[in-house]
Amino acid sequence: MSFLKKSPWIIHYDGTSCNGCDIEVLACLTPLYDVERFGVVNTGNPKHADILLITGSVNEQNKDVVWQIFNQMPNPKVVVAVGICATSGGIFAECYNVMGGVDKIIPVDVYVPGCAARPESIIDGVVKAVEILEEKRAAMTKKRKMAKVRRVSGPVSLSNMF
Amino acid sequence: MAGSMMSVLLYIFLGPLVGGLIAGIDRKISARMQGRYGPPLLQPFYDVLKLLSKESIAVNGIQNFFIFCFLIFIIFTGSLFFMGGDILLVIFALTLSSIFIVLGAFSANSAYSSIGAMRELLQMMAYEPMVLLTAIGFYVVTKSFNITDIMSFETPLVLYLPGIFLGFTYILTMKLRKSPFDISMSHHAHQEVVKGITTEFSGSTLAMIEIAHWYENVFLMGFIFLFFVWKMPGSWIIGIIACILLYFFEIVIDNASARYKWQLAFSSSWIAAAALGFTNLLILFLMK
Repeated sequence: MSFLKKSPWIIHYDGTSCNGCDIEVLACLTPLYDVERFGVVNTGNPKHADILLITGSVNEQNKDVVWQIFNQMPNPKVVVAVGICATSGGIFAECYNVMGGVDKIIPVDVYVPGCAARPESIIDGVVKAVEILEEKRAAMTKKRKMAKVRRVSGPVSLSNMF
Repeated sequence: MAGSMMSVLLYIFLGPLVGGLIAGIDRKISARMQGRYGPPLLQPFYDVLKLLSKESIAVNGIQNFFIFCFLIFIIFTGSLFFMGGDILLVIFALTLSSIFIVLGAFSANSAYSSIGAMRELLQMMAYEPMVLLTAIGFYVVTKSFNITDIMSFETPLVLYLPGIFLGFTYILTMKLRKSPFDISMSHHAHQEVVKGITTEFSGSTLAMIEIAHWYENVFLMGFIFLFFVWKMPGSWIIGIIACILLYFFEIVIDNASARYKWQLAFSSSWIAAAALGFTNLLILFLMK
C-alpha cells in the first residue's frame, strides 16, 4: 500500500512571501515541469491535501492561519518549507513583525532553501516529503489500527453558516 | 431475468473500473491539450486507494453517512438502468442520490461546502427538466418507459430525437462536472470556492465520492448509448463509438471554456431544454 507515493496532493500557503517562491511553486504545474506526471495535484483544500507547502515566514497575523491549515489536514501529513524565508525567516528574520521560519509554529519535515527556490529544488523537496509521508503512514498503521474518522467539533449555528 | 441480473453484476463490478479508466484517459487527454505530459493512466485509482488509507475528518458525524447513501443510490440508479428497468424510476433515483450529496455538504456546516451545495441544487434545477424531457421523448417515440423496449426500437432514436439529444448533451456537461458548468465542484486547479461541495470531505469519504462519480459517468454514458442503439444486432458498436466521441467532445469543451456564473448556467440550460428538447417534442406531436 504505497499509493501515497503515487498521489501526493498539495496545498500551498503563502505566508509573508515576496511572491517569488509562490510563482516558482506554480511554475511546477506548468507544461515545463508538470508535476502532475507524478500524480501531484494542487488542491487548495487542507482536507484533501497530504503535503503543506509554505512559502514565506510566519508573523503574528498569519500564525493562526498556518496552525489552522495544518490541523485541518488529515493524517498522515508532511510540511515542506519552501524558500529561505519559510525555513528561517531569511533576510527578514530580524524584522519586528516576523516570527521566523515556519517551524516556529508547526513541525516542518523538509526544508527547501533558495531565494527564490527553484522549481527543480521544490520538486526535489516534494519527492523527499513523499518518502517521509510514506514512513509516517507505515508508523501510523503499525502503532494502531488507525481511527479512520476524526471528529472535530466546531461552532454549529446557522448564523456562522453564511 | 438472468441476463438482466448479469448486466447489473457487470455494472457493479466493472462500472468503477471503466469509470476510473475513463477518468484516467480524461486527465491524460486534458494534459495533452494543455501541452503537458499528464499523469499515468491509472492515476485515478492511485488517488482513490491513497484516500482510503488516509484519515477521514468529519465535522458532523452524519455527513459521512450521507455520502455513503450517495454512493449506494448511484449504484442503485445505474443498476436499475442496466437491468433494463423503468427510465422514470432511474431518473428519480438519480435525483435522490444527488440530494444525498447536497445534504452531506450542507450538514458539514462550512461556508464553502454550503455554497457548493447551493450551487449543486441550482444545477439540479437546471438539468432536471431536460432529463425528464429526454424520458418523455423516449416514451413518445417508443411508447414505453422501459429501457429494454427503448433499446429494441426499430430505428436509432437519435433520428427522431436530435433536439433532445443535443439538449441532453448540453446538460451532460453539468452532470459530468465539466467546465463551463463545474460551478459546484471542479476537478481543475481553480479554487474559487475551495473545492465546493466536496470541501469538507476527506479520506475514505472523498474516495466514496470519487467512486460514485465513476459509477455515475458510466451510467450517463449509458444514457447516450440509448440514443444510438436499435434493434439491429451490431448496433451497440455504434452506440459505444458515439459515447467515446461525445466524451471526447466534452473534454474539448472542458478545456476550452471558462466557468459560467450560476445565472448563465441556469438560464442557458433551461433555454436549451425549451429550444431543443421541447421543440423536438412539439414537432414529434405534429408529425403524428
